[in-house]
Amino acid sequence: MLWLDRNMERTSANHPVIEFRNVDYALPGGQQLLAALNLQVQKGETLVLLGRSGSGKTTTLKLINRLLTPSGGEVRVNGTPTTQSDVIRLRRGIGYVIQDVGLFPHFTVERNIGLVPRVEGWTPERIHLRVEELMQLVGLDPQMASRYPHQLSGGQRQRVGVARALAADPAILLMDEPFGALDALTRDQLQREFLSLQQRLNKTLVFVTHDLREALRLGSRIALMESGRLVAVLSPKEFLRSRDPLAAAYVRAFADGLDSSNRGAS
Amino acid sequence: MNLFHFFLQNRDQIVELTLEHLWLVGISTLFAVVVGIPLGILSAHWPVWNRPVLGTANIIQTIPSLALFGFLLPVPWLGDRADRLAILALTLYALLPVIRNTYTGIRGVDPAVVEAGRGMGLTTRQLLFQVELPLALSVILSGVRVAVVVSVGLATIAAAIGAGGLGEFIFRGLAMVNNQLILAGAIPAAVLALSADFGLGWLEKRLRPQ
Repeated sequence: MLWLDRNMERTSANHPVIEFRNVDYALPGGQQLLAALNLQVQKGETLVLLGRSGSGKTTTLKLINRLLTPSGGEVRVNGTPTTQSDVIRLRRGIGYVIQDVGLFPHFTVERNIGLVPRVEGWTPERIHLRVEELMQLVGLDPQMASRYPHQLSGGQRQRVGVARALAADPAILLMDEPFGALDALTRDQLQREFLSLQQRLNKTLVFVTHDLREALRLGSRIALMESGRLVAVLSPKEFLRSRDPLAAAYVRAFADGLDSSNRGAS
Repeated sequence: MNLFHFFLQNRDQIVELTLEHLWLVGISTLFAVVVGIPLGILSAHWPVWNRPVLGTANIIQTIPSLALFGFLLPVPWLGDRADRLAILALTLYALLPVIRNTYTGIRGVDPAVVEAGRGMGLTTRQLLFQVELPLALSVILSGVRVAVVVSVGLATIAAAIGAGGLGEFIFRGLAMVNNQLILAGAIPAAVLALSADFGLGWLEKRLRPQ
C-alpha cells in the first residue's frame, strides 16, 4: 500500500480526476438517496466507498459515469461536469465492473472483452492482440477466448469482467462490489491480484464494498457512507483509530468477527 | 382409398390453393413482424407506450374473425380486392403475439447485462441491436411461431370473402355436404400449421441463448 501513498502525495497538487460538488440525488418520486456530497478522487488512488446497503455508495458510483444524473450540484470528471460531456465518450473512458459481472451471454470471452474496442472501430488484428494481452494480464488462459460465459467459473467470469472494463485502456475504473459474489478463497486471490494489477496500471479507481477488510486492504482512502451522506474520508490507518462512532462500530464488528473465529478455532 | 383418389385427381387445384394459402399467411406474417417488432421495442423501452400498444393489440384479438372480415369489406381501397382485405385482417391478428413476445423478450434480458452495456458506453442503438434483440430473439421467434400457426387456421376463413386459399375447399365442402372436399382443405392446412410449428420451433431452440 506504501507505493500508493507516495503516489498520492506526488499528484495531489493537481486537480482531482473525479470531483463531487455538493451533489444531491433524489428519485423521481422525491426520495432522497444522496445529500450534499462533496468528495474528490485523486489520480492513481483507490478510493473505497464503504457503507451498508442503501447507504448510497452504488448511487455515488453511477453518478460518475452518468448512469444517474445528479438532481443537485455537479459531478466533474477530468474537470468537466458530467452533464456537459458527451455521455457515450464519458462512459467509454471509464471502465465499469459490477458484482453481477453482466457479461454478454451470447458473446464469447473474446467478443466480450473486445466489445468497446470493436464499437470504437479498432481493426480486428488490434482487437485480437489486445484481448490476448488483457487475458494474460488478468490471469486467464488464452484458450478460454472462445468459451461462452456460462462455461466459466464465477472467478473466471469476474476476471473477464475486469479485462472487459480495461479493454480500451480507460484512465478511470469503477468497481461495484466486484468480488462480493465470490467464495472467500477466490475473493482473497482476486484481491491480491487486484493490488498487483493496480500497482502496474496505476488507474484512478473507485471501489464500492460493504466489507471493511476489503476496504482496508485495497483502498488508499476510505469514504464511509451512511443514509445517503458521507460520514468521513479516512486512510486505512486513520480508519482503525477513528473516534467516529460509525467507523468505530465497523472496526468493532470486524474485530468481533475475528475474535469469535479465534474462539471457534481454539 | 376414395379420399386418396380425390386428392390425386384434384392435385393441381390443391397445390394452387395451398400456395395461395401460404401467400396469405406469409405476407401477413411479414407485415406483422415488420410492424409488431418495432411496436414491441417501443413499448419495452418507453413504458408509456406499453398500455396503448398492447391494449389495442389485445382488443383486435377479441374481434371474431368473420366479423372483422365483414367490418373491413366496405373500406374503399381495401374492399376492392378480397386478398388485400384478408392480408390486413390476418396481419392484425398476428400483431399481438409478435408485439407481446418482443416486449417480453426485451424486458426479460438480464438487467445486469443491460447495465453493463450502458456503463461501457454502448449507444441505445448498439445496445438494442447487439445485446437486447439477439438475446430476445428466441422469445420473439416463438411469438412469430404462434402468429403463423394461428394465421394458417384463420386464413381458411378468408375464403368466406373470396380471398382464396384452402378455405375454398372447406366452404364448398360444407355447402355441398361433401366430406372429401372439406378434408381436401383441412388436411393440407393442418400439415402447413404443423410444419410451420415444427420448423420455427426448431429454429427457436437453435437461437436460444445458453
